Amino acid sequence: MNHIISVLVENKSGVLAKISGLFSRRGFNIESLAVGPTDDEKIARITIVVNMDEDSVEQVTKQLHKLINVLKIQKLDPDYSVQRELVLVKVNSENKNRAEILEIANIFRANVVDVTKNSIMLELTGAGTKINAFEELLKPYGILEVVGTGMIACGRGKKT
Amino acid sequence: MGKINGSQMLLKCLVSEGVEYIFGYPGGKVIPIYDAIYDEKKIKHVLVRHEQCAAHAADGYARATGRTGVCMATSGPGGTNLVTGIANAYMDSVPIVAITGQVSTVEIGTDSFQEADITGITDPITKHNYLIKHVKDLPNVIKEAFYIASSGRPGPVLVDIPIDVQNALIDEQIKGEINLPGYKPTVRGNLKQIKEAAKKIHQSTKPVIFSGGGVIASNASSLLKEFVEYAKIPVITTLLGKGSYPENKELSIGMAGMHGTRYANMAFVETDLIIGIGVRFDDRITGKLSEFAKNAEVIHIDVDPAEIGKNVKVNIPVVGDAKSVLGDLIVEYKKINEEKGKADFSEWIDMIADWKKKFPVYYDKNSNLLKPGFILETLQELTKGEAIICTEVGQNQMWAAQYCKTLEPRTFISSGGLGTMGFGLPASIGAQFGRPDKMVFDIAGDGSIQMISQEFATAVSNNLPIKIILLNNGNLGLVKQWQELFYNERYSETCIRGCVDFVKLVEAYGGIGFRVKEKKDVEKTIKEAMSINNLVLIDFWIDPDENVFPMVAPGSPISEMLDHKQVKK
Ligand SMILES: Cc1ncc(C[n+]2csc(CCOP(=O)(O)OP(=O)(O)O)c2C)c(N)n1
Repeated sequence: MNHIISVLVENKSGVLAKISGLFSRRGFNIESLAVGPTDDEKIARITIVVNMDEDSVEQVTKQLHKLINVLKIQKLDPDYSVQRELVLVKVNSENKNRAEILEIANIFRANVVDVTKNSIMLELTGAGTKINAFEELLKPYGILEVVGTGMIACGRGKKT
Repeated sequence: MGKINGSQMLLKCLVSEGVEYIFGYPGGKVIPIYDAIYDEKKIKHVLVRHEQCAAHAADGYARATGRTGVCMATSGPGGTNLVTGIANAYMDSVPIVAITGQVSTVEIGTDSFQEADITGITDPITKHNYLIKHVKDLPNVIKEAFYIASSGRPGPVLVDIPIDVQNALIDEQIKGEINLPGYKPTVRGNLKQIKEAAKKIHQSTKPVIFSGGGVIASNASSLLKEFVEYAKIPVITTLLGKGSYPENKELSIGMAGMHGTRYANMAFVETDLIIGIGVRFDDRITGKLSEFAKNAEVIHIDVDPAEIGKNVKVNIPVVGDAKSVLGDLIVEYKKINEEKGKADFSEWIDMIADWKKKFPVYYDKNSNLLKPGFILETLQELTKGEAIICTEVGQNQMWAAQYCKTLEPRTFISSGGLGTMGFGLPASIGAQFGRPDKMVFDIAGDGSIQMISQEFATAVSNNLPIKIILLNNGNLGLVKQWQELFYNERYSETCIRGCVDFVKLVEAYGGIGFRVKEKKDVEKTIKEAMSINNLVLIDFWIDPDENVFPMVAPGSPISEMLDHKQVKK
């Protein structure tokens, strides 16, 4: 099962290596990892998605807590948080099928960010399932490249 | 305001942390620090002969005294040589601060001469590490390093200092401050949980206390004794927990696990409640996990929440420092006993006492061959259990654990988690510096001692009267034992007999050597060694085929123990 772990860390060099190292060393796979700033420049947020059972998440969370530079850890409930990922998808596109692709983009509310005579690049934000569906529909045209940010997430409501 | 350089500031910080000794070895990227050491009056630098031993010596010092040990090495190979010692301290939760030189900040990342990414390398084996990029950070980092190393679950902290930082000037008045918003170890255990624990203990019929290195690390031994004496609950220990409760007492059941006593393992099979304190239920203790202590509920007291539930299922977790939790537990447990009547475990204790009689640790007392059990029992008598016993790794270590009854905390020093051959002698050096009032023995094997024999020089040149009890079997004995029992006696690369004259070797370094081949010489030689104020090595030619029993085969449940009868042909 996928779990979203949101980790606030001191924004210092070496911290990311300590965190990713901890996962690999204890045999835990990371599905995605996204690092970004917060409202405090001394603090960064790392959003990690992992696929593992409850006990392992528990263990990983405890191990993360032991890292000196980790300030706070939240396990986000998928039903009570907003999850977003941004992808850039570059697809084959000729004159004859461009309209179809734009139609798909439109339905998903993706933006066109680059067009050449034989390719088109689309930008889409959303949760994982939406992005998967989008990619599925574009596959028949020939996807040239997908670049994703990995998931970020934020708990709903006032609580932080 | 006067200015000093980073190296002088470093020493100033170490002095204010109360550091007495630095175990180290110089090199190009720490020359400024060594230049400052040249003038340092309050700290003694101990020059080892290999950096690995600097880390082990700091470790041995820390285990023997409870204070944080300090080791130092140059960049590149100096730092990488420390790695085994740091990993060893990490596995056994020993507070040490390792200081390494580094190439200058502008050279970092360019593969310059003797550059190694020592913070990267030691990430998995340190509690925390630092690369200091500005001299202004140095006082804070050193203060934090000592605080992190010694608080919560202790462990090694490495501080990497580029040479330009060592040379940079800083105001001499600056004092370090701790700023660690993400680090708040829990000390006090949750009182509700402790009350639950007290209740559970009172309801149990066959409880055991399972005491580990954490009890010693938190200086909780006297509270443990108080608790045991009041509650009358028997105590099993881990290897690192030896000495957390005196092993000569009736309620001590000794060490459990792969080479633990039969009665300790039997107690685990029978018990209905394990009160684990400062232990991590390591696989060398539990054997096959799914079969471990099937009849028991578990109370687990540990300062590190990540240890709770990691290996065994826990019914009542208590996160907190052993000393603080034991203090509260004693109060709560007494309350319950006063309310509901004193719990009585005497039947259970009698059962264990009976096992103790039936299944003592065994060696053939009639044999003419020199048996390690005989040597170590003699040592025990002569030292009255008052010496500090360090061990190497292998059969020697397990025999030491079985035959040397540890009576006080911090007097049995052994590499548990990492099982590092070559730990014992440098650890003895650290222990002897830390405890000059104590006699220090290193129980060694002929394989292990060859990994670090250069440290004879460190011992002799510092007038350390360490006694090495070399249980020389001409084999890498413990590996040979596995080959004998599980690999059809195919002794691949485990015979090392006949290459080294250990008496000459120690004498070449200025120490004293004896050789003992017969039982009758054991007592008088140990006695003589004890009267010599110098490094002494006694080369005991023991029965080369003696194995360590009982033994739980790897992957077996601890109820299935092999003993000498089952295997002797
Ligand atoms: C550094 C290191 N290398 C290898 C091992 C694997 N090992 C464990 S016990 C042992 C044999 C030890 O031989 P010796 O020191 O002679 O002790 P004995 O078992 O004979 O008492 C070996 C090789 C180890 N524990 N540590």
